Amino acid sequence: MTPILKVEDLHVYYGGSHVLQGVSMELERGMTAIIGRNGMGKTTLVNAIMGLAPTRAGSVFLEGARITGLPPYLIARKGIGYVPQGRKIFPSLTVDEHLRFAARPVPGGWDAEKVYGLFPRLRERFRQSGTNLSGGEQQMLAIGRALVTNPKLLIMDEPSEGLAPVIVDQLISFCETLKQTDMALVLVEQNLTFARAVSDQVNVMLTGRFAYQDSFEALMADHALTHQLIGVG
Amino acid sequence: MNQVFIILMNGITYGGLLFMCASGLTLVFGLMQVVNMSHGIFYLVGAYVGLTVQQRTGSWLLGILTGGIVTALVAFLLKISLFERVLGDSQRETLLTLGINLIISDVILAIFGGTPRNVVAPERIRTSVDLGISRYPLIRILILIIAVAEGIALFLLIRKTRMGQYIRAGVDNKDMTAALGVNIKLVFTFVFLLGGFLAGSSGVLGGTYLSFTQGFDATILTYSLVVVIIGGIGSLGGAALGALMVGLIDSITKATIPNLSMISIFGALMVVLAFRPNGLLGKGAKR
Ligand SMILES: Nc1ncnc2c1ncn2[C@@H]1O[C@H](COP(=O)(O)OP(=O)(O)O)[C@@H](O)[C@H]1O
Ligand SMILES: [Mg+2]
Repeated sequence: MTPILKVEDLHVYYGGSHVLQGVSMELERGMTAIIGRNGMGKTTLVNAIMGLAPTRAGSVFLEGARITGLPPYLIARKGIGYVPQGRKIFPSLTVDEHLRFAARPVPGGWDAEKVYGLFPRLRERFRQSGTNLSGGEQQMLAIGRALVTNPKLLIMDEPSEGLAPVIVDQLISFCETLKQTDMALVLVEQNLTFARAVSDQVNVMLTGRFAYQDSFEALMADHALTHQLIGVG
Repeated sequence: MNQVFIILMNGITYGGLLFMCASGLTLVFGLMQVVNMSHGIFYLVGAYVGLTVQQRTGSWLLGILTGGIVTALVAFLLKISLFERVLGDSQRETLLTLGINLIISDVILAIFGGTPRNVVAPERIRTSVDLGISRYPLIRILILIIAVAEGIALFLLIRKTRMGQYIRAGVDNKDMTAALGVNIKLVFTFVFLLGGFLAGSSGVLGGTYLSFTQGFDATILTYSLVVVIIGGIGSLGGAALGALMVGLIDSITKATIPNLSMISIFGALMVVLAFRPNGLLGKGAKR
C-alpha cells in the first residue's frame, strides 16, 4: 500500500544555514508524532511539506504523487490540512468566516456545523474576530479551519503550545476523536505527555535530521536515548 | 464664512479623489507588500485615455469607463508580464515600477505633448449649485458622491463577498491563506485589475477639474502613498480617513500658506506615525 505521506531525503537551506539535512519519513494512517527540542527544524519540515519553505533537494509524495515544488494552495487542495505553530488566526476574519471561507465540502465530511458541534464555545462567538478568543479557543479554531478543507492528512504544529493543562486534556480527547476518522495525522509537539498519549509512532528530530523513528514505547524505555535526544529521562 | 466653506469643501472633494486613487494602492500594497510606484502613472493613463474617448465620442461617462478599463488592462498586462517576476524582492519591485513610470511617461509626452489638459464635462455638469452657504461647482460634488459610492461598493466587496474574505485573509497572512488552498496569485491579479480600474477612472474624474500633464503622476503618487501610510497599509477605512485628512490639510494650507502644503502633508504623516506606527487603522505587528 502506498504511504499517505512520504518524505525523501529533504534538504532546506535558509541562506547559508542548512536547516533540514536529509529528512526522510513515511506515514500510514493513524497518528504520527514528531518531537524534538526548539530550533531543530520541525516547523521547517512542515513548511517544506506545505510548499512554504524552499526545498533545495529531495521529494515529498502525497499518496504516491510528487508534490514538491507545487505552490502551497495546490498542495493544500491535494489534501493536506495545516494547523500552524502559533495558530495564525486572521485578525480581520470572524470566527464564522474562518470556518467557511476556505471550506471544501465533501458529503458527510467536515463543515462549520460539525466543528461548532464539537466546540460550542466557537458557536457562541461566531461573529467575533478570531483574535478575541482565548488561546485554547483559537487553537480549536485553527484546527477547525483546517478540518473544513476535508484533508486526507492533517498536520498540527505544536497545538499545545502555551495552553493550560486542562485545555491540553481536551486536545488529547479531540485527537482521539480525529483518530476514529480515516484522516492521517501528524502531530509536532514538545509536550511529551500529550504526544505519547495520542501517538504510537514517533520521529525525533535532532538538528535537521531524524535521529529516531520507531515506537514511542521503545523510545521512552531507553533513558539514555531520551536524555540524549530530547533532554529528558 | 464663504471662504472657509469653500476651502473645506475643496479639501473634502479632493479627499474623495485621493480616496478613489489610493484605495487600489492600499489593497495591492497590503496584500502583496508591493510598493507599486506605477500607481500614479495609472492615474495619468486613465486621464489621457478618457480625454481621447471623450473628444472622439463626446461622451464623458464613456470616457470615465474606458479610462478605467484600459488602465485595468494595462495594469493586468504589466502584472503578468513583468511584476510577477520580481515579486517579493522590494528593491527590484521599486526599480521596475519606477522604470515603467518613466517609459509610459515618455510615451504620453510623445503622443500628447506637454501642455496641461482637461477632460471636458458635459454642459449641464459645468455649473455650480447653491449649497446654502455658497455656490459650489457641481463637478466636485459629483466626484465626492462617486467617491462615497465607490467606498461603499468596495466596503461591501471586502466585507460581504468570498473574494473579500480572501483579500482580508491575504492581507493578514498570505502564506496561511495559501496553505488553506486559496490561489492567492489569482486574488492578487483581481486586486491589481481593480486597483488599475480605480486609478484610471479616478484619473478621468480628477482630470475633469484638475488639469493634468506629463509629470502630474508624481504628485498623485506622492499624495496616494501618504494617504495609504496614514490610513494603515491594506485598510480601506484607513484610506478613506487618510484621504479626507490629506485633502483638508492640503486645501487649508494651499489657501493660507501655499508654500507649506507639501511640508504640512508630510508633517501630518510624521505626527500620525509617531503615535500610530502602523497608521490610523493599520494592523499591529502581524507578520
Ligand atoms: N524563515 C527563516 N529564516 C531563517 N532561518 C530560519 C527560518 N525559520 C527557521 N529558521 C531557523 O531554522 C532552524 C529550525 O527552526 P524551526 O524549523 O522553526 O525549528 P523547530 O520548529 O524545531 O523549533 C532554527 O535554527 C531557526 O532559527
Ligand atoms: Mg517549531
